[in-house]
Amino acid sequence: MTTGTAGRITAKMRLGDRVFSTSTIVAGSIILAVLAAVAIFLIAKSIPAITAKPGTLPNAAPNFWVYVGPLVFGTVWAAAIAMIFAVPISIGVALFISHYAPRRIAQVLGYVVDLLAAVPSVVFGLWGVLVLAPALTPFYYWLNANVQWIPLFGGVVDAQGKTVLTVAIVLAVMVLPIMTAICREIFLQAPRLHEEAALALGATRWEMIKMAVLPFARPGIVSAAMLGLGRALGETMAVAIILSPAIVISFMVVTSQNPNTIAGNIALQFAEASGVGLSSLVASGLILFVITFVVNAIARYVVGRRKAFSGAN
Amino acid sequence: MTAISAGPIVNSLTTGKLPKGSVWLILVASWVLMGLVFVFVQLAGGTKTFNIVGAIFLGTILFDILIWVLSRLVEGARKAKDRLITSLISTAFVVTLLPLVSLLYTVVSKGFVRMIEPSFFSESMRNILGSDGGIVHAIIGTLEITLSATIISVPIGLLTAVYLVEYGRGPLARTITFLVDVMTGIPSIVAGLFAFALFVLITGNPGYRTGFSGSVALAVLMIPIVVRSSEEMLKLVPNELREASFALGVPKWLTVLKVVFPTSIAGIVTGITLAIARVIGETAPLLVAAGFTASVNYDPFNHPMMTMPVFAYTQYMQQGAIQSDYVNRAWATALTLILIVMVLNIVARLVARIFAPKLGRR
Amino acid sequence: MSFSRLGSIAVVAVAASIILSSCASNEAPAKVDSSSKPTVTYSGTLNGIGSSAQGAAETAWAAGFQSANSGATINYNPAGSGAGRTAFIAGSADFAGSDAALNPTELAAKSPKCAATSSQLDLPVYISPIAIAFNLPGVKTLKLDAPTIAGIFKGSITKWDDAAIKSQNSGVTLPSTAIAVVHRADDSGTTQNFTDYLSQNAPTVWTAPAAQTFPYKIGDAATGTPGVAAAVKAATGTIAYIDDSGATGMTVAQLKVGDAYSTISAAGAADVVAKSPLAANRAANDLAIAIDRKNTDAKAWPLVLVSYMIVCQQYSDAATGKLVTGYATYAASSDGQAAASKQAGSAPLASDLAAKVAKVIATIK
Repeated sequence: MTTGTAGRITAKMRLGDRVFSTSTIVAGSIILAVLAAVAIFLIAKSIPAITAKPGTLPNAAPNFWVYVGPLVFGTVWAAAIAMIFAVPISIGVALFISHYAPRRIAQVLGYVVDLLAAVPSVVFGLWGVLVLAPALTPFYYWLNANVQWIPLFGGVVDAQGKTVLTVAIVLAVMVLPIMTAICREIFLQAPRLHEEAALALGATRWEMIKMAVLPFARPGIVSAAMLGLGRALGETMAVAIILSPAIVISFMVVTSQNPNTIAGNIALQFAEASGVGLSSLVASGLILFVITFVVNAIARYVVGRRKAFSGAN
Repeated sequence: MTAISAGPIVNSLTTGKLPKGSVWLILVASWVLMGLVFVFVQLAGGTKTFNIVGAIFLGTILFDILIWVLSRLVEGARKAKDRLITSLISTAFVVTLLPLVSLLYTVVSKGFVRMIEPSFFSESMRNILGSDGGIVHAIIGTLEITLSATIISVPIGLLTAVYLVEYGRGPLARTITFLVDVMTGIPSIVAGLFAFALFVLITGNPGYRTGFSGSVALAVLMIPIVVRSSEEMLKLVPNELREASFALGVPKWLTVLKVVFPTSIAGIVTGITLAIARVIGETAPLLVAAGFTASVNYDPFNHPMMTMPVFAYTQYMQQGAIQSDYVNRAWATALTLILIVMVLNIVARLVARIFAPKLGRR
Repeated sequence: MSFSRLGSIAVVAVAASIILSSCASNEAPAKVDSSSKPTVTYSGTLNGIGSSAQGAAETAWAAGFQSANSGATINYNPAGSGAGRTAFIAGSADFAGSDAALNPTELAAKSPKCAATSSQLDLPVYISPIAIAFNLPGVKTLKLDAPTIAGIFKGSITKWDDAAIKSQNSGVTLPSTAIAVVHRADDSGTTQNFTDYLSQNAPTVWTAPAAQTFPYKIGDAATGTPGVAAAVKAATGTIAYIDDSGATGMTVAQLKVGDAYSTISAAGAADVVAKSPLAANRAANDLAIAIDRKNTDAKAWPLVLVSYMIVCQQYSDAATGKLVTGYATYAASSDGQAAASKQAGSAPLASDLAAKVAKVIATIK
């Protein structure tokens, strides 16, 4: 009989258990190490920009914070609008596939939505600028003419449609497949007993979903949304190709003077950057890191991550 | 004796319900009604062309209002809300299909003709001027780099997810969860710069641009997706299964490998496929870390490697004098990439279906 | 597992292995013609990185060089001029392509690829005229001078029938629509040369210094030359500055040079570059050019971009030096310049400039 501390019986640790649990801890630590390395790399490369003398920074910015301010605004603004579109639609599509669609074609429908994830971001950028923007421009003109009292739609409409709103819609489309796939898997695993109990008590389909599926899936939906948000914040190529950027902080979403995102700005300026310019781009990448940090912290605090609600318990 | 005037026999199964098929009727009627409204507007000179998109969109809104009102009158508030939500959810699905159809149509119409030319899959771009040339070098590069990135990131990602779900209880687990979220926000070009700088540091060769460096950059982007989705799937496995396994004396590591993994394999494979689909189309990090070449290169540890998204992007952005040559190659490459990912998706789903336990819903 | 499922997986695996094991059919070494005179053949790999403007030209040069020397591989990564110069100085590229010559800070930093006492040289190899493209239905020719262009792109001239434009285009009916300006969203050498032209020729109107980033908040910003071309074609009333190679099929304006209006031409651009002085305070063999935008020759086209190949005077590795010499010789030769002109739409180097460049290349070790 093996005893550990007084009164507590610990299980015998077999070799397989030890190896396995150590390897999982090692894997987790690798992630920590990689992130730390990325952070150190970013900080080291950013120092020349943060300590730069006025006149050496791009965009004639007097100091680094003036340079990066509009970029931070643009990043958060575009991602926020994209998530406002993407989250309800992806939950809706996932519900449709898991609970509303006929059983036989549900798998096919899931595959069809996953096709959206197959499209590379360059193609999204080209599609956005060649097809979507021209298609949306008449709508922007209509908004600008008729709903101008909402400050979002004021200003002079961009004739090409290359605005923050177009970019947000494309970002939402890019983010949709990831969120839908995860939500769909989770909704499919909702406890059948609860669902059938709700239906047996006379609940309508929506009430059943509200009572049995959504509470079960809430942490998973939050995870999916975090993944989607990360993608929306860090998307480079599509933003670079579609957006018509300017150095401005503006809430108007249909004009040609749009705040650029950090990732899009890096893509646009990286090719010709050297010296302090290059450092300021890397430094803005570091700021994006920090933004993701902060946004995730706020989201987790607001939603409140609960411990594993697993299976039928 | 008073004659009891009996009313018509009421079918109690269908009282308080909208007649069968009425929903579809109301939908079509709303569209037709809105279409007529728009025709009148066009005839009165308000718009130049018949705005079919506006007609269908406003018709759907009209349908939502009508069905909610009618259902509320006939069936009651709860059922009305249910019908409204059903309509909204179906609309969400259709709305999602629109960009997909448009995207696929754009890529296929612009890229199909060039893609089926025989030179496209049998030649590289070495010494090619003009309209020939193919993407053999790019396909090989994409397959090798993405495969290596998957080999790096899937074990790390899966084991971390296992740690977070099965073992982790304390501050380390919370930190890792939080930092994985932060990792999802790394812009792809920063991942490329990081991988490039890392390998320059390790190898001491300031010009180290190779396929392997590109794989590491992609792995940095893939790991958070693998971790996050696998974690969610592992958490969905019912605790009873684990406890039953422990009760039978199976050690924890065997439980995870033989009980938890197979139960969640469908979801895990979905997550891995998502991660691969995400990185296979990345341009910016590979341009920095893997470089650019027009020739075939099988060696991931020496010399730059070309990948398909980088090829498509550079062909489109740096066109020569005869623009159509370049543009056609770019779109054909994009189409090939989408087809490869579609095939990958099918393979993944087949794998999942073969190995997954047959649960009630599937 | 059903046979059809097995079959489908097997097909995918077989296809993948075929692709992975196949050699590209165009990479078999070309048969050497044994009756030709024996020439020096080069072998080895060169990695260059830099300007995307030179991208198509470098493809042409690499193709020509590799055809003649099947053992050589030239990889040119069009990641941008800044990235190119940074990479060259850090020692991660054998040569760089750049729309701007090395600045004094970069000249002072020594690339590890160069021998200890070697200097770093800028060789002009690529000349591209920049066009002013516009989209006005019914208008085929437009004459503009530098102050008018500056006013349009700054935003002080907002309508097509403005007096400044009308006075130069008497026979043309100009609509009273607003001018939609299109400029580059990404930093580029094209913007640098365009703004340099305006600040030299219209300094009172264009007060911003020459820069790679377009300085005014006006109009639509498009990414890359194809983006600008697409934007101009998509709407009417647009005007943009764009590399001539990207302006195929578009109507372009004439520029006032001296007292006459000249049309865009490769010869005019090459003429301006050939007549410009070399930049001051440089090493003896450094051919960085200070473009004289005030050139008033007839038919000259001063709105021009010059792109350089940046190399070491002496490489620390002799084999690399030899390969660079061979490649650069081909690029600057008349064959190479003709190939680049055909592939990229550039202007071939004028003969005396080409001779100067060839002379310098011969001294590279």
